[in-house]
Amino acid sequence: MRPLFALALLLAATPAAAQTVAIVNARLAPGTGGAETVENGTLVIANGRIAAMGANIPVPAGARTLDAHGGWVTPGIFASLSNLSVAEVFEGVPETNDARAENAAYGAALDIAPAVNPRSVHLPISRIAGVTRAAVTPEPGKSIFAGQGALIDLGAADPVTRARAFQYVDLSQSGARTAGGSRPAAFLEFRNAMRDAVDYARNPAAFPGGRERTSLGNRRDAEALVPVVQGRQLLLVKVERAQDIRNVIGLKREFPALRIALVGAAEGWLVAADIAAAGLPVISYALGDLPESFDSLAATQSNVGRMVRAGVRVALSGQGSGTGEQPRKLPTDAGNLVALSRIPGATGLTHAQALAAITSVPAEIFGMGAQTGTLSPGKIADVVVWSGDPLELTSTPVAVFIDGRAQPMVSRQTELRDRYLGLQRGDLTLRYKRGPSPRTQ
Amino acid sequence: MRSHHLLGTMALLLAAGCAAEAKRPQSASSARPADIVTIARDPFPSTYRALPGRTTLIRGAIVYDGRGGKIVNGMVLLQGGKIAAIGPKIAAPADAVVIEAAGKFVTPGVIDIHSHLGDYPTPGVQANSDGNEVTGPVRSEVWAEHSIWPQDPGFTRALSNGGVTTLHILPGSANLFGGRGVTIKNVAGETSQSMKFPGAPYSLKMACGENPKRVYGSKGQAPGSRMGNVALMRQTWARAVEYKRRWDDYTARAKDGKAKPTDAPGRDLQMDTLVGVLNGEILVQNHCYRADEMANIIDMSKEFGYHVSAFHHAVESYKIADLLKANNVCSAMWADWYGFKMESFDGIQENIPFVHAAGACAIVHSDDAGGIQRLYQAAAQAMANGNRMGLNIAPETAWEWISINPARALGIADRTGSLEPGKMGDVVLWNGDPFSVYTRPEKVWIDGALLFDVNDPRLRPVSDFELGQPGEGDVK
Repeated sequence: MRPLFALALLLAATPAAAQTVAIVNARLAPGTGGAETVENGTLVIANGRIAAMGANIPVPAGARTLDAHGGWVTPGIFASLSNLSVAEVFEGVPETNDARAENAAYGAALDIAPAVNPRSVHLPISRIAGVTRAAVTPEPGKSIFAGQGALIDLGAADPVTRARAFQYVDLSQSGARTAGGSRPAAFLEFRNAMRDAVDYARNPAAFPGGRERTSLGNRRDAEALVPVVQGRQLLLVKVERAQDIRNVIGLKREFPALRIALVGAAEGWLVAADIAAAGLPVISYALGDLPESFDSLAATQSNVGRMVRAGVRVALSGQGSGTGEQPRKLPTDAGNLVALSRIPGATGLTHAQALAAITSVPAEIFGMGAQTGTLSPGKIADVVVWSGDPLELTSTPVAVFIDGRAQPMVSRQTELRDRYLGLQRGDLTLRYKRGPSPRTQ
Repeated sequence: MRSHHLLGTMALLLAAGCAAEAKRPQSASSARPADIVTIARDPFPSTYRALPGRTTLIRGAIVYDGRGGKIVNGMVLLQGGKIAAIGPKIAAPADAVVIEAAGKFVTPGVIDIHSHLGDYPTPGVQANSDGNEVTGPVRSEVWAEHSIWPQDPGFTRALSNGGVTTLHILPGSANLFGGRGVTIKNVAGETSQSMKFPGAPYSLKMACGENPKRVYGSKGQAPGSRMGNVALMRQTWARAVEYKRRWDDYTARAKDGKAKPTDAPGRDLQMDTLVGVLNGEILVQNHCYRADEMANIIDMSKEFGYHVSAFHHAVESYKIADLLKANNVCSAMWADWYGFKMESFDGIQENIPFVHAAGACAIVHSDDAGGIQRLYQAAAQAMANGNRMGLNIAPETAWEWISINPARALGIADRTGSLEPGKMGDVVLWNGDPFSVYTRPEKVWIDGALLFDVNDPRLRPVSDFELGQPGEGDVK
């Protein structure tokens, strides 16, 4: 393991714009969900793309070689539903949290992109854990519509790959509260907003709305929902209760162009066949197994497995913005679902399915399936080399490539760690002890 | 008169110590007890009874004993509700159920020193949200056990997914003095008394940092700052010292026949708990993230003559692990939570192994109904993070973080927390290496009774709340 770490450091230390790299002696897990892993494989990165991968791939002349020593290589982790880079101290210092605009007059029109901070300390922390891409998601404030989320690239100086990639609406129990106190209020607000968008699209000039903040808000929100109602922008619908899921499927009959992905769906397994028949993908937390609310009385860790078995495409997300929420936990969350396959009565995932649920499936849901999410040749080289099984508790990335570039394996956390390692209190206080920084590399 | 009443009349002033005290004859005092006003020490006594178990021999497993030992191809014998034997070879008693456990692991039951199951139960509705008495920064008179809802489905998940056999339920951290915490066995019954760990000391939950100053400062009340936190804590301890002095004086005079019952000082339930701490009977569990604040708390504890058992959520313990070791204070920590509050911003993933490596006492805690199901996974991650820094921590050593170390910090290490003959039969059989993500509990025994068996649907408990609900306890 040591030589591998050393090599990873060497790679990271080189400015590596369009380096050609061959990862050899690797266990290649393609992230497709079905295919077998390739033992003793080689993966070639060139010009920021995966140039080749497989068992008998020649190492191109002049390529830098990284020997994985039989270790796993996977696509980068794609974090669905994240506040990465838009919230620094998200709970205790609310002024650093741009995910939620609780006092804004606007809802759907809010665009998270300007909040993305390339210098957030959480980007390197997640990056060295193998997270290469994320869907940055606003949270609802005064409206059930939270606004438009962005797709980000954790290795880019300008991380926003696609602004306004999706809209987010809450039609769960909490959305009902936001809408005024009931599910009927939330569903009415939703229908009204869709019809406003239709009206706006038909004739923007005729759409009512003065210059006051609230009426302008309505106008801008209607404008923002035009691509949603026309099916040009993905709509994430937060919903937990089985019957609410069926009602959302009903909305799709009413507004047929909607491209919906369900978010949450704690009781999805109860209506898995309906979800599959409607062709809706789901973004769900893997490990919720408690009746957290009257919305999720049927919560079970078998939820994801049962939906997948019914033919639903499911991506894993974190829990939302809870204290333990970090995208870097996605691999072990996925691993826990594999554990279920050994529990009588439970339904889990295969290792390949679990890996896909944090790589290719979210990439597909967010419209980036053609570009990233698997180790297929031609895709963007978002690639992670692991110290062991990527879903295991004791594993960690030893090298992370994003857009083909080896990432520095340091973060604010590793700087703190290195300062306090061994607690060597010398002639100067520890305040003077500094090591490699993500800023200086 | 039942034994717990005897305990009560023996009162506060039989010096320090707890469990041993109960056996001391009453003739130690010359005064007639009826003439001496005393403070009941155990007015809500445990009614926990170990459930019946069978003599059971587990053999062929890899055994972690919970205090750093490991036996490959080992055996553990449960008999009479206790660990009867542990070793490489134990003869099976004639009546023993023999479990062949090759390829599996046996450990002591997991202990969570920081849980709010029951007092912040699921469903998380306001009607059942009973973990914080947010009506004043000093609320040492409230007891977490009076908020515990035994039907919280979280207890069953902690058992079946987490292998948790003992847990400590604490009040929340809104207050400087949050109230008393209680240690319970994870055998959910109809009352909290029926879950109480017999003879376990109470704790006093204290909190420093952001929460108390935010909760009260925002109301224009004290404390509104960290210095306000410390000032109000010290003022309160000073009151406790005075209260103790009045009761000590009264009791000494009463014993000499020089004080009447009407001379007894007035009762103050807040002060009763604090005097329990000053007498060493109640252990302090102190919510505290930042290194500098922990140092302040340690100095304050010396000023008033008590000891902090553990700092909880001790995100910055790695910065002062040497100080914590020197003062014999444990740190109860998450493996990797960070960044959600200013005081958690400096969290690192090596906190637990760094504290351990400094020779200080490290504990993995949850504070979370999900996390309590995966404490063993958190320990594995912390161990691996430490080992990548060259610390060379063995799994059987890391297991101490969720067994003997929390047991010590809860004052129950003489009864549970390791597989030693005579200790409670709190045991988990895992279906593989518990430091693998693919492993789950296969069987869990508490006091020798088999209370979870992954292969037996009858041994999957379901709370009343979940009966008739679509989830039915997630046991299908």
